[in-house]
Amino acid sequence: MRHTWFAAAIVGTALVFAGACHHNKPPVAKPTPPPTTTTAPPTRPPAPPEPVPETTPVPPEPKISDDPLTASDLDAINKNSPFQPVFFALDSYEVDGTGQQALTANAGILKKYPSWVITIEGHCDERGTAEYNLALGEKRALAAKTYLVSLGIPADRVRTVSYGKEFPFDPGHDEGAWSKNRRAHFVVTSK
Amino acid sequence: MCCTLTVAGTQPPSSPQPQSDVKIVLEGSGGPPKLGIAGVIPLSSDAETVAAAKTIADVLYDDISYEREYYMIGKDAISTIPKPASLDGVPLDRWKEVNADGVIVGTVQKTGSGALVQVKLIQVASGRTAFGKEYSGSIANPRQYAHTIADEIFQQQLGFRGVARTKLTFSSDRDAERMKGPTGARDVQEIYVADYDGARPQRITNTRTLNITPAWSPDGQAIAYTSYRQGSGSSFSTYQDLIVSWIFKGQRETPTNGNPEKQNYLPAWSPDGSKLAFTSNRDGNPEIYIMNRDGSGLRRMTTNPAIDVTPTWSPTGNQIAWVSDRTGNPKIYIMNADGTGQRMLIGDYSDRPTWSSEPFNEIAYAARTGPGYDIKIYSFASGESKRITDGIGSNESPAFSPNGRHIAFTSTRNGKSQIFTIARDGNDLRQITREGNNKFPNWSR
Repeated sequence: MRHTWFAAAIVGTALVFAGACHHNKPPVAKPTPPPTTTTAPPTRPPAPPEPVPETTPVPPEPKISDDPLTASDLDAINKNSPFQPVFFALDSYEVDGTGQQALTANAGILKKYPSWVITIEGHCDERGTAEYNLALGEKRALAAKTYLVSLGIPADRVRTVSYGKEFPFDPGHDEGAWSKNRRAHFVVTSK
Repeated sequence: MCCTLTVAGTQPPSSPQPQSDVKIVLEGSGGPPKLGIAGVIPLSSDAETVAAAKTIADVLYDDISYEREYYMIGKDAISTIPKPASLDGVPLDRWKEVNADGVIVGTVQKTGSGALVQVKLIQVASGRTAFGKEYSGSIANPRQYAHTIADEIFQQQLGFRGVARTKLTFSSDRDAERMKGPTGARDVQEIYVADYDGARPQRITNTRTLNITPAWSPDGQAIAYTSYRQGSGSSFSTYQDLIVSWIFKGQRETPTNGNPEKQNYLPAWSPDGSKLAFTSNRDGNPEIYIMNRDGSGLRRMTTNPAIDVTPTWSPTGNQIAWVSDRTGNPKIYIMNADGTGQRMLIGDYSDRPTWSSEPFNEIAYAARTGPGYDIKIYSFASGESKRITDGIGSNESPAFSPNGRHIAFTSTRNGKSQIFTIARDGNDLRQITREGNNKFPNWSR
């Protein structure tokens, strides 16, 4: 029978989800008032310390590595990503000279850290339609991957995914924003 | 189950006129017939019945207006006409004064198991009943009675299928949830369903990821959509895959069984519900594939290094339209359902075809008309396209209603992305969603 109602269970479940999303606000912490100070009675100042003989050598400063890639977790790596994005012209998935340079540098990093697996995200600006952009983003990611593979990176270290225009990096509505959004973006997904 | 609406299909017991075998079709004089709603009478005075009666009357007014086949006399114009106390108590002489061609009168009463709703459509000039029925079911959703009555009046009087009982599905970020991204949190989109007029939105996914491009199965029991899933094992790379969600059973299937090397998106059901067409990169490039609903019978349909994306089926299931940029820009192509006969159909820079059934047999699509897009309709009969949105904002992702008279689409005309519906002649633009960003509408059958 075609005239089916939504089951009460569905309505109930959805309301539970909706309720859970909207009403579980954490309690607001109230700041505690500072303790009142009382004036202490004056005391005699303490005696000055005895001078210490200069015999203990100052330990050297711990060595700070200038290589950001020793960070221990993927979030930190990706927040300070060593990888450069590749940018594209409107409606295009062609990697230009600048893009090739970026990919060459990225390949160098991948060769330096042979255990790393990356995902290349394909992104588009808002001016294409949502559906076509899902495929265009994929072509951008694949174009970047193909070039990396041609530089000797094994294909199974490079994943791709397209987000179309769903996650713009710059929400603006001018070419300055759009040019930032037409990109292949590199994410370390395993190290 | 309490919610099943059953139709008794009998004339209301109090009808004084003898049963007539001649169907009475309301006609207007020099225009559409003018209808008024005389009243939906609660037969008991408890709050639930009174509220149900008011809801049915209000929603019925809107449902009948929607198809623009009747002129609904304004509620202010009839506010002085006495409301009937029973189905037989409509003061037809007063309705003649406001030039009504027909009036609708109904009753609502509670029964042991739910509610009983009676309705009559009366031809004012003759006093005869053109349409009369009673319905029983739950009292939990009075709107559904109005939707059923409206659809059945359209079918009985004018011979076409209304959409008052159909549903929209779409993606929404209204719950403002976020998922982890490489440079910060990103907005999640979940799949929602709502009545054709936007009422009663309900969320059906809870996966806390990007869920987009939902598509109703023809039997209305399932929604297929694209979901961004996490890879397993040592790698957490994200990939697109189709999920088929049986929304009344709470079960999900993944017939395409994707992984990062075999991603799948933009599902489209064949009209008989037996197959899914979709886009996949499994052979290294976005191509169109068809598969049986259970995952068997995979068949590749396009073999071009260009982008081939966004398949949609013809209403007969014999053809598929899709978008290819093999000439350099995305354009709409069609082929037979076996993959043969591929040819360009529409030369516009275009995307997202949606195909309506007889009598219209049209394809609506998003065409680039400037910085943004507008919805256009291509007619197979004329071979020409007509623009139906107005160049305000960008208008994309069209989906035909099952009767081919309306299109749901996404528009940024008000800033955020919202779902709108519009009639196929470009009139009657209506905003369906208001909360958050809402996209990728699809219309049930």
